[in-house]
Amino acid sequence: MNSSLRLRAAIVSIALLAAFLGIWHLATRSTAPVATMSPEYAKLMGLTATQGKSAMPGPLDVGAKLWEHLKRPFYDNGPNDKGLGIQLAYSIARVGTGYLLAVLVAIPLGFLIGMSPLLSRALDPFIQVLKPISPLAWMPLALYTIKDSSISAIFVIFICSIWPMLLNTVFGVASVRKEWINVARTLEVGTIRRAFTVILPAAAPTILTGMRISIGIAWLVIVAAEMLVGGTGIGYFVWNEWNNLSITNVIIAILLIGIVGMLLDQILARFSRLVTFPE
Amino acid sequence: MTDKFISIEGIAKRYPGRSGATTTIFENLWLSMARGEFACVIGHSGCGKTTVLNILAGLDAPSEGAVIVDGQAISGTSLDRAVIFQSHALLPWRTVLGNVAYAVSSKWRSWDRARVKAHAQTFIDLVGLTGSEHKRPSELSGGMKQRVGIARALSITPKMMLMDEPFSALDALTRGTLQDEVRRICLQTGQTAFMITHDVDEAIYLADKIFLMTNGPGAMLAEVVENPLPKDRGRTDLHRHPLYYALRNHIIDFLVTRSKTFVAERPDHDPRNVPTVQIGKPGLTIASDAKPESPREASWPGLSRPSTSS
Repeated sequence: MNSSLRLRAAIVSIALLAAFLGIWHLATRSTAPVATMSPEYAKLMGLTATQGKSAMPGPLDVGAKLWEHLKRPFYDNGPNDKGLGIQLAYSIARVGTGYLLAVLVAIPLGFLIGMSPLLSRALDPFIQVLKPISPLAWMPLALYTIKDSSISAIFVIFICSIWPMLLNTVFGVASVRKEWINVARTLEVGTIRRAFTVILPAAAPTILTGMRISIGIAWLVIVAAEMLVGGTGIGYFVWNEWNNLSITNVIIAILLIGIVGMLLDQILARFSRLVTFPE
Repeated sequence: MTDKFISIEGIAKRYPGRSGATTTIFENLWLSMARGEFACVIGHSGCGKTTVLNILAGLDAPSEGAVIVDGQAISGTSLDRAVIFQSHALLPWRTVLGNVAYAVSSKWRSWDRARVKAHAQTFIDLVGLTGSEHKRPSELSGGMKQRVGIARALSITPKMMLMDEPFSALDALTRGTLQDEVRRICLQTGQTAFMITHDVDEAIYLADKIFLMTNGPGAMLAEVVENPLPKDRGRTDLHRHPLYYALRNHIIDFLVTRSKTFVAERPDHDPRNVPTVQIGKPGLTIASDAKPESPREASWPGLSRPSTSS
């Protein structure tokens, strides 16, 4: 029953993919009328004008180009021509650094705020104001104070991934079931041991949910941040290929951004399953 | 009442209400228990039973008064007073063994893993959960979860056990079995126990002393009923004892009518010297409703509703 459902779902998925690729292929076939022109002029105009080829690459073009990239992911021919692997590695490294810094700040801070009603109330207005700020709005300030575009990008990741983690940690810690706390109290468990043996495991699923939201946001933001700071990274690659008018590479980059984002989410989902407990 | 192992001395609990007024749940509450005694508290919801238990446990502090256990005023929780929670309060991310071991290692912090495990295992065996040590609470039935709660409470070898309606969430059959177990364990170990219950039969079966509380707010301890049934009473023939229905009717009458009217009817009630009711000894019996010889009650035991006009 379950496996047959899974099989049917897989078949539908593949059918949808095939339909999508098929429509894409048909829509980008060379159908436009070919204009007659002098050979010199034709050279300037490119294939769109001379062979009626669509300006939008078809799935076969993208596939071929993707294969080319996958064969040499790590080449480095100077600042504007690096392999996709290198660009993705830069982006992942920035996201990883900013995100880890945010984890190191958000979880202990969230713990403190969650355990102290005073801090919770005192810091609430700040959090409420800072949370809705678009992370990119911090960019000029970061560039001005840090004076390093790469670190500024990391800062932007830090600032955008800290809020969901902070708020979820606060919520998770503050809403640990009273009876579990009472168990620890009747057993005369000290504050530190209580934090690690009762509150942390009880709040862990909520904290992990926050971490999962954060990694998603961080990956969304890095593309935009790298378009701004430039130099390296998948976001810069997208913008650079747009300037090169290589729609094929843009599409490939979009696909890869999606895949990496999914992988990051899956990693966090795996961790999340480890700490979830059935009640 | 010479040996006062537990003595609650004039405690009150008040909460700040709206517009500066305070709500008094109860005040000037005096209550004492001897070592090894099993006491049940019966009263309607809102009379502050759970608050009394939480104060005894140290989870809550009284607004006034003090609680003295074994000659010392309590402040805060203690490993000497184990609590069995109504909702069992097991840590769902720990196994059965892990839950009990958590309590054991909290009491004896220097013990190594093997010793903690062996000690925890003893108590898991005691409550009849051998073989389920490595299950998580979510894999257990309600009765089994409460057994783990009992094992956890007993494993720290407390001076007394506090139980807040421990069996109210269980089905009748499981409840009966667990009552038997608790009674056996308490008799065996001479445990002092304080239990809140809504179940009159549970109180009659388990308790040596039954505290009857009037309705809140402003609840008070109305009477202490001594259980006249023999110590070696069994579940099966409990209801055949000649004093069983007198006792049961007395408690039910209290719950049905007197818990509401008690405060108005007895303005001279002294909370420090709460009358002790000894069913079957007419000279000392306060309740006039108890008519164990009444033929109507004898022919319809358990269904009779004695007249409530006293």
